[in-house]
Amino acid sequence: MDAFTTHTGTAAPLRRTNVDTDQIIPAEYLKRITRTGFEDGLFVAWRTNEPDFVLNKPEYAGASVLVAGPDFGTGSSREHAVWALLDGGFRVVISSRFADIFRNNSTKAGLLTVLLPQADVEALWTAVEADPTTEVTVDLQAKEVRYAGVTVPFDIDDYTRWRLLEGLDDVGLTERHLADIDAYEAARQPWLPKALPVLPA
Amino acid sequence: MPKTLAEKVYDAHVVRSAAGEPDLLFIDLHLVHEVTSPQAFDGLRAAGRTVRRPDLTMATEDHNVPTLDILAPIADPVSRAQVEALRRNTAEFGIRLAPMGDRDQGIVHVIGPQLGLTQPGMTIVCGDSHTSTHGAFGALAFGIGTSEVEHVLATQTLPQYRPKQMAVTVDGELPPGVSAKDIILAVIAEIGTGGGQGHVIEYRGSAIEKLSMEARMTICNMSIEAGAKAGLIAPDQTTFDFLQGRPHAPQGADWDAAVEYWKTLRTDEGAVFDREVRIDASTLTPFVTWGTNPGQGLPISGSVPDPAQFADENDRRDVEAALAYMGLTAGTPLREIKVDTVFLGSCTNGRIEDLRVAAELLRGKTIDPATRMLVVPGSVAVKAQAEEEGLDQVFVAAGAEWRGAGCSMCLGMNPDQLKPGERSASTSNRNFQGRQGKGGRTHLVSPAVAAATALTGTLTAPADLENAGV
Ligand code: SF4
Repeated sequence: MDAFTTHTGTAAPLRRTNVDTDQIIPAEYLKRITRTGFEDGLFVAWRTNEPDFVLNKPEYAGASVLVAGPDFGTGSSREHAVWALLDGGFRVVISSRFADIFRNNSTKAGLLTVLLPQADVEALWTAVEADPTTEVTVDLQAKEVRYAGVTVPFDIDDYTRWRLLEGLDDVGLTERHLADIDAYEAARQPWLPKALPVLPA
Repeated sequence: MPKTLAEKVYDAHVVRSAAGEPDLLFIDLHLVHEVTSPQAFDGLRAAGRTVRRPDLTMATEDHNVPTLDILAPIADPVSRAQVEALRRNTAEFGIRLAPMGDRDQGIVHVIGPQLGLTQPGMTIVCGDSHTSTHGAFGALAFGIGTSEVEHVLATQTLPQYRPKQMAVTVDGELPPGVSAKDIILAVIAEIGTGGGQGHVIEYRGSAIEKLSMEARMTICNMSIEAGAKAGLIAPDQTTFDFLQGRPHAPQGADWDAAVEYWKTLRTDEGAVFDREVRIDASTLTPFVTWGTNPGQGLPISGSVPDPAQFADENDRRDVEAALAYMGLTAGTPLREIKVDTVFLGSCTNGRIEDLRVAAELLRGKTIDPATRMLVVPGSVAVKAQAEEEGLDQVFVAAGAEWRGAGCSMCLGMNPDQLKPGERSASTSNRNFQGRQGKGGRTHLVSPAVAAATALTGTLTAPADLENAGV
């Protein structure tokens, strides 16, 4: 995973609530077995059917910060939604509420999800709609979003922040605790089910 | 300190906990399907890792599988490549797979319980948000992303933060014709699609205790539609009776030891929930959705809402967009909405009991000639059971299509899809834009409403059938 320290870029205002992961990337793109190359599926239905969809507007074409309405990333657990956003050039999504699995997936793949109060999201929408060239800086060191002279602090748990700053992979971290896993396994109840061997119906 | 059921299960699985770090939880069962796993297996290979516990891992083919000609090679080359990747990966890493044609194949959340692999008090994960289904047995079961699939394959554990606790208490007697699906749609409409965020929901109360395991699975299945991490129900005699004798359930002295432990899996008197919601079952009616998220639902006696009634600007815009997509006009009675397709199936309502309820309503009748009805059992075993009971004959005689097992039109990764502008009454769990096919419009309903709707061609409750003359 790429480390995330600070990012500066322009922002796209996605004034929609309840953006589910089927909208971020529809199921037909999930048949692929790669981890990259999903940019063609990103918001594809809206990009195809709605000429004035925000990402169809040339002034937001280069945006790398997505500012979304509440309940972003609901629905399916597909991590492809995170990959598609990264492939589509986004490094940060800002919203007042994220679905849990989406937020969790984002931290595994190096997409920063920033939780801000809805009033701050509205202010940011207004700013980037008034001037799409507004530069937005998302600083994970300082835990701040900065734009046009405005500074908004945000909260993120220290552990996730450290992992993102260092670009650390979870499996490697867990492998430091193999002795604990061995000990836990040795004490498990013998009657707990095993999928193997295959038993008669 | 008194604990909730979810806290008991969580605490029993903590491998390691340290201040300022997430807990490391042991995972008792990892279910795998073809869509969210290929990149995880690639990750293992790239890092030279193996699967730590193939014996606690089970894979099936469900999302891409065709429901016709299931033994022929999959026609869509991309779907075929994905299924073939799962076959290669499970063979390479020594994982049991139920491929198409296998007696154990089916939707991942249907086969776990059916095989007895899903048991009370376990931690269960799968790269699929509806893993919450398994909570019906008093397991802590939740969906994970592909990076986490890789993590569980490699270590059989997951770093986790302690979830918040929520109670949804449903008391009272359910009126006839009202089912578990109506309960959960009503819960989601009440608390919203984000209402459960960060929480595990425990469903409790007299109406829940009376439900069968199938009905409990329907409720837990849709916990994610309320934004919850998981949903669960305390195990009881109904749970034990369902499990006894299943292939992977404990036997003999092990069974007795297990049941003794399972009986301790109840929320203690005085345990604290962060949030509580109460529903009176006797006030519920068949529920249907009108919009493009599962929280946009109403009793079937209602009408399509008017965006102008919503005070919040974001809500109003949301409703306007939903009505535009759904091709609906404010004020239209829900009972007048005409559908093209009825889909009976999915991990929400593709179990034997669901098929029985629908078949009872269809027995000796024929569906509306302009309506197509697809009946897709949740697993090969459900299909076999239904055929043994003659339900397939009832469906076919009524004019419905009897298909092979899989996810099918729940998400349309196989050829079972709505065409643009087509409208379905679907027993699945998501009415998102395009979920059942590009431009398709979905109304979520119970199996009983699905069957009644198939008979009339418009959204119909079973109780309406007599008046409608069918
Ligand atoms: S039936 Fe639908 S919701 Fe269930 S696992 Fe399959 S695609 Fe997901």
